[in-house]
Amino acid sequence: MELSEHLFRRESGRLVAALVRIFGVHNLALAEDVVQDAFCRALEVWKVRGVPDNPAAWLMSVAKHRALDIVRKEKTAQTFAGELSRVLESEWTLVPTIEEAFAGSTIRDEQLRMMFSCCDPRLPEEVQVALVLNILCGFGASEIANAFLTSRAAMEKRISRGKKSLASSRRLFDLADAEFGPRLSAVRRALYLLFNEGYHGASAQAAVRTDLCREAILLTTLLLESPQTAVPETQALAALMHLQAAKLLARVDADGDLNPLVEQDRSRWDAQLVEQGLDLLDRSAAGSVISAYHVEAAIAAVHATARSVDETNWTEIVNLYDRLMAIAPSPIVALNRAIAVAQRDGPECGIDALQAISGPARLRRYPFYPAAFGELELRRGNSDAARQHFASALRLARNDAERRFLERRVRHCDELETPLPSVAYSIEEKKR
Amino acid sequence: MSQFLYLYRMTDAARQENMGTPERAQQNMQRWIAWMNDLDKKGHLKDRGQPLERTGKVVRGQQKTVTDGPFTEAKDLVGGFTLVEARDIDQAVELSRGCPVLDGGGSVEVRPVMKMDM
Repeated sequence: MELSEHLFRRESGRLVAALVRIFGVHNLALAEDVVQDAFCRALEVWKVRGVPDNPAAWLMSVAKHRALDIVRKEKTAQTFAGELSRVLESEWTLVPTIEEAFAGSTIRDEQLRMMFSCCDPRLPEEVQVALVLNILCGFGASEIANAFLTSRAAMEKRISRGKKSLASSRRLFDLADAEFGPRLSAVRRALYLLFNEGYHGASAQAAVRTDLCREAILLTTLLLESPQTAVPETQALAALMHLQAAKLLARVDADGDLNPLVEQDRSRWDAQLVEQGLDLLDRSAAGSVISAYHVEAAIAAVHATARSVDETNWTEIVNLYDRLMAIAPSPIVALNRAIAVAQRDGPECGIDALQAISGPARLRRYPFYPAAFGELELRRGNSDAARQHFASALRLARNDAERRFLERRVRHCDELETPLPSVAYSIEEKKR
Repeated sequence: MSQFLYLYRMTDAARQENMGTPERAQQNMQRWIAWMNDLDKKGHLKDRGQPLERTGKVVRGQQKTVTDGPFTEAKDLVGGFTLVEARDIDQAVELSRGCPVLDGGGSVEVRPVMKMDM
């Protein structure tokens, strides 16, 4: 029997959810200890005896027995989940209650509640995302730190801060709560950020990035399985993720290098993900509200169904960006709109649109702002000007993948024309 | 061919560290599966053996005093055993080098099974 991929990580999130149902969220650490213990046992037994036929059920059974022991040992169940304290106190109801906590549908509901609890707006968004990755996806602090290019110590601090806040509440977020609507938006936002960290993120390892995108999709799919959370805006978010994820492997190569849209081999786009994304986008049209996720997914859909950059319906894309600017204006959206304008009307119009972006101060540290000028200057034949823009962009690069990508663009300009010595000097200085 | 017993020893701390995160546990698991399968394929695996609980009792001396585990006097505990077949002790040692317990700072004790038939 082979181990399925990420079995331990997957089961970690599910088992913690079930155990928190029994012990209460204030005993989150106890729930995590029980899971850790079950994994240790699995390791000892499986490595010698081999993996059992149903490893997930094996792990669950160990966790279940351990939970039963712990609850029996406590004289009063009061210390555990407030919601279940009465039924846990009686031996008559104890076993069925614990069985029920580990039932598939209960685990799914508890995972949802856990997700809603992690996305507490009182916590900073980066803490919310770290909690989701740690508790629901089973990533360790070191692995999350690696994906976000922060230190392990800083990530541990972030997670423990979030857990302290979680544990201080007596129970998980109740989906019948009056705050449900705004909290669902916060959950979507956290999953959107999680996905983007994988798609645009800092890690140079392609595997790390696909992992993050996959987790975001899985958690969004979990939202789609419950009627309460499977609203059109959630479907739109899921559509966006599927359509973007379809391009991920073509976008980041094995070395973590970025390929711009123009250079991507479209045959490497995942046709199945595109299809699922388009299907989700169709379904998301059921409501009366058009969210930013709808528009972003629609833009991704235009790209995903075009055979090449030239055959892309840029008029449609510019219109969609106009809509996005009306719903959720931001300098980054304006930047992407300007690039689409350049595709539709030519590089001069694109440069005008770039210059017309209001609040460029917020883009001052964003490498793809000067890089966009670079691309358009290059397109209208000014390789000198383009080179200078790319050199400025390179100075703003935030990680190795961006650095290598922008270095390639600078080199490309060099190949077109001999660069000015002064500019070459500034690049040398950067390298030192 | 002679038989040898592998005794896997590991400290509690190393065992916890090996666990680390679910993903690391999975990687450790996969290395064990691969190593065991390899022994099996090459015909060295006589008996997969059994894992051992890290608790127990020790009965000692004429007084037959019984003490509880964990065995505080032992730096590392035997966590399990496997019976292998090899040409000689050198080959048995060579085969044990791939054991993943070593990655976690543990050890493999290789003990020849005494031959009873003359």
